[in-house]
Amino acid sequence: MAHKSIPATGERGVAASPITQKRRRSWLRSDMFIAVLVLTPSIIAVALFIYGFIGWTFYMSTVKWNSQVPDFTFVGLANWERLFSDRRFHIDLRNLVYYAAGFMTQCIVFGFIIAALLDQKIKGEAIYRTIIIFPFAVSGIVTGVAWRWLMQPSTGINLLFAKIGLENFQPTWNSHPQYGMWAVSIAAAWQFTGYVMALYLAGLRGIPNELREAAAIDGAGTFATYRHVIIPLLMPVTFTAIVLTGMNSIRVFDLVSAMSGSGPAFATDTLAFYMFQSTFGAYRYSLGAAIGSFMIFLSAFLIVPYLMSMRGEVER
Amino acid sequence: MSLQRLWSRGAIYLVLTAFAAFYLMPFYVMLITSLKPYADVNITRMWELPRGIYLDGFLEAWRLVSPNFKNSVIITVPAALISAFIGSINGYIFAKWRFRGADTLFILFLVGMFLPYQGILIPLVLTLQALKLYGTVIGLILVHCIFGIPITALLFRSYYAGVPNELVDAAKIDGCGFFGIYRWILLPISMPAFAVVLLWQFTTIWNDYLIGLVVLSTPRLAPINVAVQNIAGSWSVEWNVQMAAALIAALPTVLVYLLLGRLFMRGLLAGALKG
Repeated sequence: MAHKSIPATGERGVAASPITQKRRRSWLRSDMFIAVLVLTPSIIAVALFIYGFIGWTFYMSTVKWNSQVPDFTFVGLANWERLFSDRRFHIDLRNLVYYAAGFMTQCIVFGFIIAALLDQKIKGEAIYRTIIIFPFAVSGIVTGVAWRWLMQPSTGINLLFAKIGLENFQPTWNSHPQYGMWAVSIAAAWQFTGYVMALYLAGLRGIPNELREAAAIDGAGTFATYRHVIIPLLMPVTFTAIVLTGMNSIRVFDLVSAMSGSGPAFATDTLAFYMFQSTFGAYRYSLGAAIGSFMIFLSAFLIVPYLMSMRGEVER
Repeated sequence: MSLQRLWSRGAIYLVLTAFAAFYLMPFYVMLITSLKPYADVNITRMWELPRGIYLDGFLEAWRLVSPNFKNSVIITVPAALISAFIGSINGYIFAKWRFRGADTLFILFLVGMFLPYQGILIPLVLTLQALKLYGTVIGLILVHCIFGIPITALLFRSYYAGVPNELVDAAKIDGCGFFGIYRWILLPISMPAFAVVLLWQFTTIWNDYLIGLVVLSTPRLAPINVAVQNIAGSWSVEWNVQMAAALIAALPTVLVYLLLGRLFMRGLLAGALKG
């Protein structure tokens, strides 16, 4: 569909689409309209399956459907009150804190260290990189199955400890009634550190060499350069890593299922696991909906700032 | 100086190799355990190499999970293809037809990438039941396609954003419309983006556990990771079979990763909105 007024070249960024010029002509026949029309099914799908379902879940948490028989009697926040006074919920929150602390620290610290080392013009960098991201290619279930075997108290890693003379250091790992979640976070970090490393590596590659040279000329040693120049410059990457690992901490499910389930005294129970068991095991749909809504609510604290910070990047 | 440099280089390689060993160690243990006969899978000799190659573990594991492996192929391949196609069109619209509010809408799409699915599972089940798709392969494919909309739109949008607008404008002058521009300008150069998106969706869907467990948990129809977890959850299955089953479940994505690692990296970075 040719149109008469051709925008002068060089006027980049000016939306010289035919729409603005032909508003009087039928918009319904314009390409922009077709574009919106083609996008509409996706808009509807996202609106329903994401936003509609979030609202629906929240609504479900305010009714009385806690048996196999659907019951839409409105009970206000009764399910929420029961959840918040629930011992298992408190343990899950404690576990979330343990797991997030362990998982996020390992991913970010080791991810950064490995990326910084790989950035030193290493021979065989590609091989190291491939090996370290490797675990990210397998599922949480596979990871869990492998680590459950490694963390058997009577064998696995403990056997290695015994072989090097640490017979008295035999942790019970993920079956520890209080700190089992730390053990799970080791397996999770094994899987995810490579991802964080990749983010840092991309960030490091984006730092112009002039900055490093300038720091060197100013007499900064390697560590000072990292402390005062590189680490501050990589703050956006760190922020991304915190958000991604934080999301992961809130919803961890498959890994826990494969490693130990809820564990002794709910030592490795998570919100996701509790939600799943309440809903599909005990048919307490309204309680499950309250846990699910709570998880969405927690995630919002990470998603909203993240997407706000990304706005600039998205609206290039 | 040079001696010091030699030391520090050596230390760097040492630390990196130690890390690499740690990341490979579980794969090593899985592999040697799965190649042992049951009699040799005992707790004292866990770290020792098998005394030969015994495939009993793999044969038993394959007997247990082969139907689910095939199901996962039947689910993953179409879902990855369909969601890549949808993503390509959506990315094209978000990149080149920026109607009013398009960017805000795009951000609203992206929220779907990060949500904990626990917050939408119950309505999902009810909706699928109402559509008579609950517990079916088609239902699971549909769900994966819908939940793939955000990430695929993002990947394609950033790719198409790199195509100069002048090309699009020139095509308009030549009389191309909405579909013509896609067909003649963008689609022919889309291969790299399609490769990244297909790889990414394939890996994500193949490795999914939660959605498969909720939508399609019938033992015979369940995806591979659900089957592996069922084996691991039953105490009667020996460790060598469990490890073999886990390796079978990991094999396709591992192969894809080893063959196309570069594309995998691109998906990683774009998925974190950096690219």
